[in-house]
Amino acid sequence: MTNRQTKGEQARAWDCIKNARLQDRPQTRDYIRAMADEFFEVHGDRTLGEDAAMVTGVGRIGGQVFTIIGHQKGHTIEERKLCNFGMPHPSGYRKSMRAIKQAEKFNRPILCLVDTPGAFCGVDAEERGQGNVIAEHLSCIASAKVPVISVVIGEGGSGGALAIAIADKLLMMENTYFSVITPEGCASILFKDASKAEIAAESLALTPADLIRLGMADGIIREDDDFSLDNMKGTTDRLKAAVLGALAELSGRNPEALVQARYQRSLNMKGF
Amino acid sequence: MELFKPIPAAAGTNQEFSMPSILTCDDCGKQSLAALVHLNGSTCPFCGGLFRMPARARIAMLADADTFIETDETLTSTDPLKFPKYSEKLKKAKADSGLTDAIVTGTCAIEGYPAALAVMDSYFMMGSMGAVVGEKICDLAEIALAKRLPLIIVSASGGARMQEGMISLLQMTRTTMAVNKLGDAGLLYVSVLTHPTTGGVTASFAMQGDVILAEPKALIGFAGPRVITQTVNEELPDAFQKAEYLYQQGMIDGIVKRGELKAALAQILALHADNREASHDQ
Repeated sequence: MTNRQTKGEQARAWDCIKNARLQDRPQTRDYIRAMADEFFEVHGDRTLGEDAAMVTGVGRIGGQVFTIIGHQKGHTIEERKLCNFGMPHPSGYRKSMRAIKQAEKFNRPILCLVDTPGAFCGVDAEERGQGNVIAEHLSCIASAKVPVISVVIGEGGSGGALAIAIADKLLMMENTYFSVITPEGCASILFKDASKAEIAAESLALTPADLIRLGMADGIIREDDDFSLDNMKGTTDRLKAAVLGALAELSGRNPEALVQARYQRSLNMKGF
Repeated sequence: MELFKPIPAAAGTNQEFSMPSILTCDDCGKQSLAALVHLNGSTCPFCGGLFRMPARARIAMLADADTFIETDETLTSTDPLKFPKYSEKLKKAKADSGLTDAIVTGTCAIEGYPAALAVMDSYFMMGSMGAVVGEKICDLAEIALAKRLPLIIVSASGGARMQEGMISLLQMTRTTMAVNKLGDAGLLYVSVLTHPTTGGVTASFAMQGDVILAEPKALIGFAGPRVITQTVNEELPDAFQKAEYLYQQGMIDGIVKRGELKAALAQILALHADNREASHDQ
């Protein structure tokens, strides 16, 4: 990992962006391998196809069965192409909604792992209703009658990330970001100069510490200095403990109270 | 034709956010004075082509006379992130539009049917959604819930407001949950999409209506055409992302001419009024 902040110092926005985008940074499948004792993956949206940018399945973490949903970017160039660089098509979100419905049916909590530059912006995605499907997905997860815990493990790119980041607890890995728009996009639109992305990144308040300050995230998971694909255990042990701890906090509530609390939580984030 | 020369934006101001005094028709290319256009239902006096409609003009068109009671009329952004140049842009948008933000909300009657009505205004910072737009929609949904009113939202928006960062993105969550709550209570929500409706508004409440209508030729999409062109590096077909195209793709229920929108809404309200009363009596 490069550009890591020294301990105790708050991460600069641009460092979060760069680290979150590192190609060899652990991704959804790596987290599942590191944290789950077993995992059964489900595929296909039953309408249009299978989207590798979205991984869904059922896994056991610390004895607890979760529905696991996550974006997958891919490490090798072949995998990255297959995963469309982590930018889901509508079928990815439809597959994810299937997983959410099954989580409700079988009464198991949902763990979401967020890591996308954004939902795919292409002609075919628009033709198949990318806007409609994200709207439907937001509605689906907002009303899910089981606990939802989301963890930003890399890039939190706008609406495509938000679709699986509406949660009862939102955690962020230390070297990640969550933003309404890419800093490059923001700089080119507002400052008419994409090279001012670093300034835009500082202004957008997108670091884990910013999200805690804004009341949107509940915790930051510290990453070991040598956190990498080959050395995940120390860091993922902390994440596992945080996820199971969050679940323990949520699991006493009845389904209606859970959805109501999720609504109240969002109402409280006024932004005034 | 000296009269029709575009008026240059004042030095140091951003023209894209100002309320223009001269408008050029996309259909026939002719220019007209904005004041005349808006007196004429925001349509082109030459060919009837549609211009973007200011929120107050839309409310005057849809609500029965003297029935609109505005809610949250003074709510205004606090520039929560102290984003560069945002407070200046807000100040200018307010002065130009006479609005406090990009949406006007309230209760009214439409052909005698009571309704909660929210109308977005694309002349205010391109109708972008920040905390104020989200809050006003959530408040209106709560009022609709308490009074058991159907909700109508007329959208016109470029999407989330970048200058409020994640607070803007979060409004997608908040509005979704507010609309969900109405649905759980068996209340009707009609979404009307007008030119343009894109980004975080499309990907949240605008596409969550029980009934979704659109105005002719309105641009409706998740990503804007420029972003898509940059992503896929190809020319987009003419009809792409137009209301007519979305209708063909099965994404919306119907396309309604501006002059017929009030009657169409009244019919939908009438068809759902019996259910509303029945569920209310139980």
